[in-house]
Amino acid sequence: MIPASSVTIEIDSNTKRIQRKGVTHELDPAAASAVEEGLRLTEKHGGTVTLITMGISDVTIGIRNALAMGATSAVHILDDALAGSDTLATAKVLAAAIKKQEFDLVICATESSDSYSGIVPGQIAYFLGVPPMTFAKEITVDGNKITIKRQSEAGYDVVEATLPALVACSSGINEPRYPQLKGIMAAKKKEIKVYSAADLGFAPDQVGEKGAREKVLTVGRPAKRQAGKAVADEGEGGKQIADFLAEIKVI
Amino acid sequence: MADTIWVYAEISDDKITTTSLEMLAKASEVGKAEAILLGPAPEDAVQTLAKHGASKIYRCADAVYRDYLTLPAADTVAGLLQKHNPAAMLFASSYSGRDIVANLCARLDCGAITDVGDFELKDGGVEATIPALGASYQNTSTLLNQGTKLLVVRPKSFEPKINDQPLAVEEVPAVSSEDLRKVHMKERVVVKREGPSLEGAKIVVSGGRGLKGEEQFAILKELADVLGGAVGASRAAVDAGWVPYAMQIGQTGKTVKPDVYFAVGISGAVQHLSGMKTSKYIITINKDAEAPIFQYSDFGIVGDLFKVVPQLIEELKKRRGA
Repeated sequence: MIPASSVTIEIDSNTKRIQRKGVTHELDPAAASAVEEGLRLTEKHGGTVTLITMGISDVTIGIRNALAMGATSAVHILDDALAGSDTLATAKVLAAAIKKQEFDLVICATESSDSYSGIVPGQIAYFLGVPPMTFAKEITVDGNKITIKRQSEAGYDVVEATLPALVACSSGINEPRYPQLKGIMAAKKKEIKVYSAADLGFAPDQVGEKGAREKVLTVGRPAKRQAGKAVADEGEGGKQIADFLAEIKVI
Repeated sequence: MADTIWVYAEISDDKITTTSLEMLAKASEVGKAEAILLGPAPEDAVQTLAKHGASKIYRCADAVYRDYLTLPAADTVAGLLQKHNPAAMLFASSYSGRDIVANLCARLDCGAITDVGDFELKDGGVEATIPALGASYQNTSTLLNQGTKLLVVRPKSFEPKINDQPLAVEEVPAVSSEDLRKVHMKERVVVKREGPSLEGAKIVVSGGRGLKGEEQFAILKELADVLGGAVGASRAAVDAGWVPYAMQIGQTGKTVKPDVYFAVGISGAVQHLSGMKTSKYIITINKDAEAPIFQYSDFGIVGDLFKVVPQLIEELKKRRGA
């Protein structure tokens, strides 16, 4: 089960949120890796992969993409009231949707490639009451035991827990498969369940911007670094860099 | 009375992490700095914290904090927060820092600001500056919840400072609940590296997609060796499997701030820029004159890296010999 997300680049200066409407949404590459990991585990151990995401109607393309990769079905949490949700509300809503499914393992990307907070998986794990296993670069399941290699500053840690659990995988854990034509055709027939915030038991003021604890005050562009000199290499490029290093007294 | 600001101190490589000391420097500048240190640590760890501005240290040396991830630490910190209610608490944007904050937010039903580059306390609240979307934006944010404001701080945002405080340690009891022993850290594997660490190196030589393969990183290693620096990489090079993740610099990798940063065959995606753009000098070698990285460079060569880098190495050796 994966909170898929989108890749966009602009922040709207009025809402102070990432511009999402009218922007093409695709499956976040980080989430695609999570889907891939789910598929590999079910291919080995059996079971099904359910994609779970929260987002505007434009994300349907990304959901279809994950279904085309091979996910069994999908859950789309779709509600205008959710716009502007902070990490905690996002985690509560996702956890509530996950609780409506049967699961042994929740797989998330460590962080979306747009908002980059990296704390949603840990929050979801808390609300589900399952062990949070984060920054995984390798996942092994044996019976009800799950072991991951977790990235660390010095290398990696071998971390173990008992299922059900939540794993947040790091980027580069695998190379996600490309959907094949057969998968794309099959995806069109697969079920996408849609939940509103109310379906999951949330009042409008508990989620979205109204329920957010973090408030963005200002959005600005930082002072741009002054671009320095750039010259085309005419056979002396290496020497010119050495001259520059001498100029700044590094050598 | 000055506002109290807590710092969650971490141990890595058998010493207090530099980011912990950076946060203490900022915390002592803004208010009264105190630290929490959980789990086994070298004997001088508390002294190091006091020397860098911690006027009080909450300490528990129990191995549960080392052997079981996240849950025991979050439980202890949550208890201390509820008892003492400091104005703000700082965590490093590290693996364990982010995990503990995630758990605290959920448990205490509060918000957190992540990727904080700077902050100030204002009218009992906090105002944080965040370089968003790979530092192409600079936003300010605040937290509306009552109670302690949780901030996750980017490494290298502040300079560590010596700020001697009398040693004041308050021992706190270890957690006892079995429920907190769910995420078992069985083995810590240290991946050996040569030369200076990326975070500590004064010179960093990084390669990207333009390197075209694993073997070619050898010339970057040679350049780094000549200059006494470390080798880094962009996410493109890591995702391609040429170099390990430990070498990745950028939003989802390490943040570095060396005196000189070489971006070799790196286009300068926002993902990468956010991890290195505060370097003192940036030198770029790229065959594409339109690559965004040139906008951030102090000096750039538009050319073939496989010609420029070997010539540079040779030139450096020659000048050193002279």
